[in-house]
Amino acid sequence: MTMSRETPINLVLAALLFAMPFAALALDEPFYVTLATHMAVLALAAVGLNLALGLGGLVSFGHAAFFGLGGYAAGILSTHVLNMQPLLTWPLEIGASDQMPVIWLVAIAVSGLVALAIGAISLRTSGVYFIMITLAFAQMIYYFAISWPAYGGEDGLSIATRGAFPGVNTAVPLTFFLVCYAVLVAVLVLFALVRDSRFGAALQASRQNETRLAAVGIGPFPVRLAAFVLSAMITALAGALYADLNRFASPSMLSWQMSGELIVLIILGGTGRLFGPVAGAMLFVLIESVLGGLTERWQFFLGLILLGVVLFARGGLIGLVAGKPRHG
Amino acid sequence: MAEPVLSIRELRKNFGALKATDNVSLDLRPGEIHALIGPNGAGKTTLIHQISGAIRPDSGAIEFLGEDVGALGMAARARKGLGRSFQISSLASEFSALRNVMLAVQAAQGSSFRFFKPVMHDTSLTEPALAVLERVGLAQRARLPAAELSHGERRKLEIAIALALGPKAFLFDEPMAGMGPEGSKDLTGFLDGLRREAPILLVEHDMDAVFALADRISVLVYGRIIATGTVDEIRRDPEVRRAYLGEHA
Repeated sequence: MTMSRETPINLVLAALLFAMPFAALALDEPFYVTLATHMAVLALAAVGLNLALGLGGLVSFGHAAFFGLGGYAAGILSTHVLNMQPLLTWPLEIGASDQMPVIWLVAIAVSGLVALAIGAISLRTSGVYFIMITLAFAQMIYYFAISWPAYGGEDGLSIATRGAFPGVNTAVPLTFFLVCYAVLVAVLVLFALVRDSRFGAALQASRQNETRLAAVGIGPFPVRLAAFVLSAMITALAGALYADLNRFASPSMLSWQMSGELIVLIILGGTGRLFGPVAGAMLFVLIESVLGGLTERWQFFLGLILLGVVLFARGGLIGLVAGKPRHG
Repeated sequence: MAEPVLSIRELRKNFGALKATDNVSLDLRPGEIHALIGPNGAGKTTLIHQISGAIRPDSGAIEFLGEDVGALGMAARARKGLGRSFQISSLASEFSALRNVMLAVQAAQGSSFRFFKPVMHDTSLTEPALAVLERVGLAQRARLPAAELSHGERRKLEIAIALALGPKAFLFDEPMAGMGPEGSKDLTGFLDGLRREAPILLVEHDMDAVFALADRISVLVYGRIIATGTVDEIRRDPEVRRAYLGEHA
């Protein structure tokens, strides 16, 4: 990782998010611990999308599918644990688990496979067609979820007890925040490594000029597919944490509004920037809670802010503070 | 005579009623510069696109190093050793000149599916890339984004990227375009030496450069090759003079 003008602002954002729940507890406002956790989890989901959208230029309007799959992985495993039913009985019996690492692995594996299928088809198109086809796949999964009564249908799935993490008590809000924050930091490190790697170079080149990439002998399709799958896995991991945060896997996690929200987070924060999704998620949740407390029509003001960013600050918050990215 | 490196047989490509490539056959022999000339709209770039795999011919065969590459895509042909430049500079414009060349070095080394090692600290990428930039005279400009380079520098960067691939044949589509007399002269000298590394199929409008460099010339008019020969044969050819050369000869 290289030091750049971005690094100080990134450190400030990381410190602010980290300090928020401690300050909240000191001020006896425990609600803000949950708010900070919400920020961290949304940021994580958007870091996932940022890999495809920011680095690869792949405007997926279907990432709610992976967010929701992660959520349902947590919900379904928890339900099976509660009812003491095995997850699978045939061809071999596999028991459910309430351990977060297991839940995360299931979320990542399932979403990775689904993303492989969706990506293999969607990535044969580009531009508006890619946006529409990813949306269509996500909607299919959404309607599948709400019409499957075994796992809650339209009502969603409650999670009786939050997933466990070895050695800590995740029922304590601050502890759960720290788990989410640690995952976010780990994934940010991963994002930075991937961005600066050979794969990242090929991926970013595929966004800038796919003909150039092909002309040096690197086919854009496998690069994009790998990025899409990796991106989906990260967003699914966030989905699993989100469901555990709310103790509820809701079909709305799979809705197209959720896909749009993730894109909005990235644009607000700075497309393709390491901490863009973090800045975006912090701002978004702040706007939602502050303006949402004042008026039911807070999304109108969110729209105004988004309009301002798109018109006057294309690089989002990070771009506004740190200027254009440098690629070395 | 040595086997040709690149051999094109009876290539045809129509765009509607337009015969962009009309039964074209030509070959590129080891160590030669084969220039492809012709008036605007003759189908020179369309032919380069078909050879590099950017577009598919309607019929005909393209053999490279004795192998039919007709079914391969652009990336696969590049991996076989076809290094091309573009008529209009086609670069990763946010990347620095260095990173543009590093991408080619990385591609030539094989795997782009390495996820953790930072490229800027990978001397197996940076050193060969810097060496190539040095060769084309861009070393001082290595850290500038491609978008901030001058037109002439972007043309040189196109050549540098093709060089970094270590190809078995070069396809250069008007490398001199818009370079100015001084730049053209420099580049002519450079290409002259380059043919020893790999043969060059050169599309070019700059006739001074073509006559100075070409071992053989093919003249393309309305998608058809009307003549192939040495510089002297082409200069004397009455049909070529009528169709294209005119005052140049």
